[in-house]
Amino acid sequence: MTDNGNTQQPGSDAARAGDHGGRPVPLDRGHIEGTGGIPQHFADPGLPAHVHREADLSEKAAKKAERQVALMFIISIVATLLFIVAYFAIPQDYRAYVPYIGTASISNLALGLTLAISLFFIGMGAVHWAKTLMPDEEVVELRHEQRSSDAARHAAVDGVYAGGDAAQLGRRPLIKYTLGGALGLFAVPLVLQLAGGLGPLPGAELSQTMWRKGLRLMRDPEMLPVKASDVTIGSVYHIMPEGIDQQEHVLEQKAKAAVLLMRLDPADLKVPKARDWGYHGIVAYSKICTHVGCPVGLYEQQTHHLLCPCHQSTFDVTQDCKVIFGPAKRPLPQLKITVDNEGYLIADAAFHEAVGPSFWERG
Amino acid sequence: MSTTTTPKGAAGLRTDDAKPQTTHGPVARTAGGVAGWVDDRTGAAKPMSYLLKKVFPDHWSFMLGEIAMYSLVILLLTGTFLTFWFVPSSGLVPYNGSYVPLKGVVMSEAYRSALNISFDVRGGLVIRQIHHWAALLFIVSIMVHMFRVFFTGAFRKPREINWVIGTLLSMLAIVEGFTGYSLPDDLLSGTGLRAAEGFMRSIPVIGSYVSYFVFGGAFPGETIIPRLFTVHVLLLPAIIVGLFTAHILLVFVHKHTQYPGPGRTNNNVVGYPLMPVYTAKAGGFFFIVFGVIAAIAALVSLNPIWMYGPYDPSPVTAGSQPDWYMGFADGALRLVPGFLEFTAWGFTFSLNVFIPAILLIPVLYGLAGSYPFLEAWVTGDKREHHVLDRPRNAPTRTGLGVMALVFYFILFFAAGNDLIAIKLGLSINDITNLLRLSCLVLPPLSFWLTRRICLSLQRRDRELVLHGRETGRIVRTAEGKFFEVHEAIGEHERWALVQHATPKVLELQASVDGNGVRRSGTSTERLRAKVSSFYFSNRVDAVTPAELAAAHHDGSTHEALHEPAPTWDRELHGGADERPDTDAYAPHEHAAEGALREADPEAETTSTH
Repeated sequence: MTDNGNTQQPGSDAARAGDHGGRPVPLDRGHIEGTGGIPQHFADPGLPAHVHREADLSEKAAKKAERQVALMFIISIVATLLFIVAYFAIPQDYRAYVPYIGTASISNLALGLTLAISLFFIGMGAVHWAKTLMPDEEVVELRHEQRSSDAARHAAVDGVYAGGDAAQLGRRPLIKYTLGGALGLFAVPLVLQLAGGLGPLPGAELSQTMWRKGLRLMRDPEMLPVKASDVTIGSVYHIMPEGIDQQEHVLEQKAKAAVLLMRLDPADLKVPKARDWGYHGIVAYSKICTHVGCPVGLYEQQTHHLLCPCHQSTFDVTQDCKVIFGPAKRPLPQLKITVDNEGYLIADAAFHEAVGPSFWERG
Repeated sequence: MSTTTTPKGAAGLRTDDAKPQTTHGPVARTAGGVAGWVDDRTGAAKPMSYLLKKVFPDHWSFMLGEIAMYSLVILLLTGTFLTFWFVPSSGLVPYNGSYVPLKGVVMSEAYRSALNISFDVRGGLVIRQIHHWAALLFIVSIMVHMFRVFFTGAFRKPREINWVIGTLLSMLAIVEGFTGYSLPDDLLSGTGLRAAEGFMRSIPVIGSYVSYFVFGGAFPGETIIPRLFTVHVLLLPAIIVGLFTAHILLVFVHKHTQYPGPGRTNNNVVGYPLMPVYTAKAGGFFFIVFGVIAAIAALVSLNPIWMYGPYDPSPVTAGSQPDWYMGFADGALRLVPGFLEFTAWGFTFSLNVFIPAILLIPVLYGLAGSYPFLEAWVTGDKREHHVLDRPRNAPTRTGLGVMALVFYFILFFAAGNDLIAIKLGLSINDITNLLRLSCLVLPPLSFWLTRRICLSLQRRDRELVLHGRETGRIVRTAEGKFFEVHEAIGEHERWALVQHATPKVLELQASVDGNGVRRSGTSTERLRAKVSSFYFSNRVDAVTPAELAAAHHDGSTHEALHEPAPTWDRELHGGADERPDTDAYAPHEHAAEGALREADPEAETTSTH
């Protein structure tokens, strides 16, 4: 048994008590200490003997540690100076090949690395200093229970009641209830202002897009109309409605109106409605995923599957874009199309249902 | 080596150094003057001298929370830098900066200013990368810190409030991260916001209103970027810094927990004082964390927003992924099957989105936050705990923690189901279905396995205490018997293995009411007894002195307490304590009857080093 003077002797500590016999305890008692019978437990042997470091025993070792710490601080200083040089000397747009990284901005690399070295070695110096030269004998501090004494608790409770009595809170219920009402309501104007001002009500906007009968299907992003005869079997086009670039809120309209156009062999379209709403095997579907609204950007030409890159919902174009895998539930809405007298593809009607993610009143 | 053998502190080495309490240098006198001036007006000397002497225990795992704290400081620092150049506006402008591929492209001011920070502000990219890397590290370190606290039982009384604060911090850090990476308004961040808008819509009854209120109208609108900016740089940081301050103050009030060990009790804290050791170590560690983050930021490109282009709702890049900490929610979103959406009474219940995207995070964090109260109810334990549990000594809690981790990681991997499919050349459908199944099967399995491993480790601890360490030395006695010499462990090492107590199973009392009718207990009591049995019916108790004494007398006696030892075992397995007093290797002093003392004092002293 070793003892360096700081050792506590908690062997008799009641907190450690409890019988080790493995018998059940009654429910109403939990496991309160001191009910366990024979105090059969080991005693805490106390802190082990302190082992001194080399720098504690030898002036030479301490001097060496001092120089190591100073060296690290010097490295930091040098790196800081290099940062300043790099800041002024390296042009911002200078890029060069760096092994293992590839072509990189040399300014970014030099500034980042010199900053890193200057910071890192301050830290290493300080830690090395603490570990080699600062006292490493452990210190013991006593803990006290968090709970206040009963007297202090009573004083606190009495203080609250005395305050209430002094303010005549109990004797003047009129004040008590009106104050409660006022405090309960004061936040309402603030909340109302915020909630009322945040945004307009959605109205029917979520169920409507720009599409209406007669609008041409335009290729995105070129904004050129599409001739039905130019759409070969197997091809796919990103489509926006004619005139969307003249809209006041282009992105808001795009977020609803984006459409994918594909041409399949009409025999592959298994659902008669899908075939009728298309034109000679050319079909147009909303590009906005019915899950959470990512653009369904991946078309698998061989299987006729549309895949959403965000959460992998998979839609089968041959089955009217029914969900065949993934977290989405509803098929992509189809846009009914036809051709105008110049042979360009046009919408034959607006979307018949809301596009994009579901919402409560969607029905 | 030095010639002197008298140990003295390194501070005492330089005899020419003036003793600090007798003479202060001119600088110290000036500082003392200023300090005196301040103390005259604030009385700060007393709390300060208390603080400087405050003791913190040392352990690598206590640095996890420190990393989180330093990352927060780095985030506040670099974040402030970024606000000087970032323009939180959705107004459309043409790009005319020095990144050639995007010249002339019309984009939001937010995206343009983020590009300018990356290309035209000298050192701007370093700061932006440090900010983003520090954010990733912030959340990693919070979560690892949280699991350290969980597995060691540091959340127990009196630290339940701090656990709840920490849980809130952990959740807010995720939200703060999301609002941050949504700000640059590039294609990837916009796609994240698009999905977030879809999440909001799934909320029953008020979904579309929430979406319109948050975005100030139809998605994407022009108000979301400025609003996110205020939330990201003002609202959430203020709450996080406030909660963090409370968190750290409570650590000071409670004094830090410590791992079990000789001399470490529930009534003390053993470690090093704040001044100078912890100031140097913790202060130095801040610079190390900052330096490492800066090095990573210099070397590893993160979120190259210039590659994605400005946000447009129509295009998308394959492999769109959020920052790692949103991965588990994104993964849950990918795993939940679509049939959970249905229409009833003319309304759409989009539970396939609502559950994983809106409910999952508050429910998971709510469960985590309530755990200390649940466990305290199960154990009926009202005491303060300042000595940490070794995870193996709380097998059910450790099992539950691993179960939560496994669940989390399955969801996390699910967020990369497309990448896994591409890298491994497997079908994404198979991977998703496998992960769906894993979600249901692996967490309970891992719970069971972890609990078994913990119990086995506890048995190994018992084995070590009772029989000591196998030395590999085979000895033949005069009668021709062979046995392996076991070296008993020292009392300092032993203490860590025997100091814990396992709560006992609570059982219902068969009490009798006034009419002599047996009362079977309320349903709450019955539930409590059941949960208690689930927690503690599988238990391995620490070795008691009596058991050790029994093992000293006869190697097989203690084993009879748990399971009958095979008869052949005694001949081969023996151990140091079984050696008959007559043999040549017998200890000098046989002290088995003094149950608290170790039989072999030599083995004890050798193992303390």
